[in-house]
Amino acid sequence: MEFTITNARLIDDQVVDVIVSNGVISEIGNGLNKGEKINAAKNLLIPGLVDLHTHLREPGREDSETVATGSMAAAKGGFTAISAMANTFPVADTAGVVEQVYRLGQEAGFCDVFPIGAVTQGLAGKSLAELGAMANSKARVRIFSDDGKCVSDPLLMRRALEYVKTFNGIIAQHAQEPALTVDSQMNEGIVSSKLGLVGWPAVAEEAIIARDILLAEHVGSRLHICHLTTAGGVDLVRFAKSRGINVTAEVTPHHLLLTDDLVTNYDSVYKVNPPLRTGKDVLALRKGLADGTIDIVGTDHAPHPTEDKDCEWQSAAFGMVGLETALSVVVKAMIETKMMSWADLVDRMSIAPAKIAGYLHHGQILKVGATANLTIIDTNANWIVDRNRLASKSKNTPFEGMQLPSRVVHTFLNGKQVLSNGEIVNGGAVE
Amino acid sequence: MNKHLLSINDLSAEEAFEILNTASELAKISDGPMKKLPTLRGRTVVNLFFEDSTRTRISFESAAKRLSADVINFSAKGSSVSKGESLKDTAQTLQAMGADAVVIRHGASGAAQRLADSGWISASVINAGDGTHEHPTQALLDAYTIRSKFPQFNQSFDGLRVAIVGDILHSRVARSNVLLLTKLGASVTLVAPPTLIPVGVADWKVKVSYDLDSVLKEVDVLMMLRVQSERMANSFFPSEREYSRGYGLDITRLNSLSKNAIVMHPGPMNRGLEISAESADSHKSVVLDQVSNGVLVRMAVLYQLLGGATLTGEVSA
Repeated sequence: MEFTITNARLIDDQVVDVIVSNGVISEIGNGLNKGEKINAAKNLLIPGLVDLHTHLREPGREDSETVATGSMAAAKGGFTAISAMANTFPVADTAGVVEQVYRLGQEAGFCDVFPIGAVTQGLAGKSLAELGAMANSKARVRIFSDDGKCVSDPLLMRRALEYVKTFNGIIAQHAQEPALTVDSQMNEGIVSSKLGLVGWPAVAEEAIIARDILLAEHVGSRLHICHLTTAGGVDLVRFAKSRGINVTAEVTPHHLLLTDDLVTNYDSVYKVNPPLRTGKDVLALRKGLADGTIDIVGTDHAPHPTEDKDCEWQSAAFGMVGLETALSVVVKAMIETKMMSWADLVDRMSIAPAKIAGYLHHGQILKVGATANLTIIDTNANWIVDRNRLASKSKNTPFEGMQLPSRVVHTFLNGKQVLSNGEIVNGGAVE
Repeated sequence: MNKHLLSINDLSAEEAFEILNTASELAKISDGPMKKLPTLRGRTVVNLFFEDSTRTRISFESAAKRLSADVINFSAKGSSVSKGESLKDTAQTLQAMGADAVVIRHGASGAAQRLADSGWISASVINAGDGTHEHPTQALLDAYTIRSKFPQFNQSFDGLRVAIVGDILHSRVARSNVLLLTKLGASVTLVAPPTLIPVGVADWKVKVSYDLDSVLKEVDVLMMLRVQSERMANSFFPSEREYSRGYGLDITRLNSLSKNAIVMHPGPMNRGLEISAESADSHKSVVLDQVSNGVLVRMAVLYQLLGGATLTGEVSA
């Protein structure tokens, strides 16, 4: 199969034609014309986005999302690779479950789905899961995380960090000291004091980050901090990097834009873990992402069915969907504020996450021979988020009704178009 | 006035005083031969209680009945209604039954607001205590009680000094009282061990003290809060005795209050923990006034949310 993307703008503002044949970029130049023509005039061509933090809910909670619907949401959001978190039912703590998720991703065929393995059996935080078996499975798991729960036992965390060195794995920590966050409902601060909701203090995140940074230094392993949310956490990661410690960090789009005062009306769509923080934290996160202290954006796409949100705050589930709004939210938070360039965005949302995870065919510089995992964006567009138009099975977006900049127009997975003019096309396994 | 009473923030100072004035009018009528008013005849008030609170429920029930409303008591605790499942289903059921007002007590902060905002129900919603958030009618009845003891503060609480003592962190009564008292002009001091003061208190318009003895002489109103002994299990304080020594109102502390000062407590009291029996039963204590004023103030709230016509005109007719 061969086609030509014409008049696409690259992040360095060059306008080029790109020929894709047999899944790779075969030629870049001007005046090219082979096979079908896809007009990208005025639009930006970038490597497909890569998410290291996605909840797909399958197996077990197919009422909220499946690998297939989550993959479609990813394609709509411009992602060509996503990473399925382990907190499914059953937990992805064995080779069998991660291979199942991997296979479901391949069958859906809208993006590459790379399973993340659990660190501990059943996410119970008691004993290590079979990390080696998952690493050696067909899913070739390299990232391990108990996300949703913190690996709070320091000895177990140390062992996990050490153990994954055999296959160059990485432990992605959900930093939340459980003893400081019993029944926590929202950020602890001015707003929680008024609303009478149990606080989730910043120190509960920072204490674990500090500990794990020191553990990673001590054993010389790779640590990834999931969804950083506090100014103090950014400082800790900055300190770790200045010491040469092998730590990477992630921030979600929603923590770059939303603050805890949105909770004031107890609308549970704003209930998320870790919680929305203060304006000061948001600014520190933006600064950290801009200066590279925070390496990547991870969506923490967390679908929940209506009934899990349509209740009082305390009973509502934590989490927000994010795949389909991620790019636009980052553009709004980082590019419209002139804190980052498009080149920076491509690094934080594609190149850097692919590199951290070792997704070799993703996040590549656009050049001849690169795998055609590509996204085309209309950077002049504005759109209004309509939850009923999301491809995700769940509709729990905090951005409902918000006008956002930049729209994903086309997405290509391994040279196959999966999104055309914003509409899903061509699912199914790659031949 | 708004359709709902969810938080003291729903009221301006003028509206709050209007409720107190209405309650005063109702007090005059209650002293007369006809205690019952026809105002809410044909209207249905539902007491939707997800938490046990006999005293608050009875207070709302008598308030509604004295205004001739039909009252349905819906005790959701222990019934098929379990946590989470039910707020929506229950609300829709009440809507189908044609409730005009729903008085809700719920263990989750924000439940009343959720009920009002959700579109599940078109009735007026009155918050009768939501988790550790607010209890606005308690604050109104406390303000009414204060005003009845200090006529000089009839139009404004400017110059009134109030100390609220105890478990501020978990107290919906404290939150509503801080909002209302400061709105009306009083100066408020919170007194508690630091573990029971919210982290975000710096943003409240209050003073904070960890030393009860130092504030006693300088208050007109001493409001004692119930302290639940289970807080001890979570190390909010080391022991009941230590709490009581530091923050309990014993006879010595009672005697160091100024001559006209009053002692309040939202009830139920833990005698011997936050308040000694002598203090609770002393002439400074207005605890029983609070209870009887509760009915009047809740009548006033129901009247203003559901009634509308001017009270005096209707009564004289």
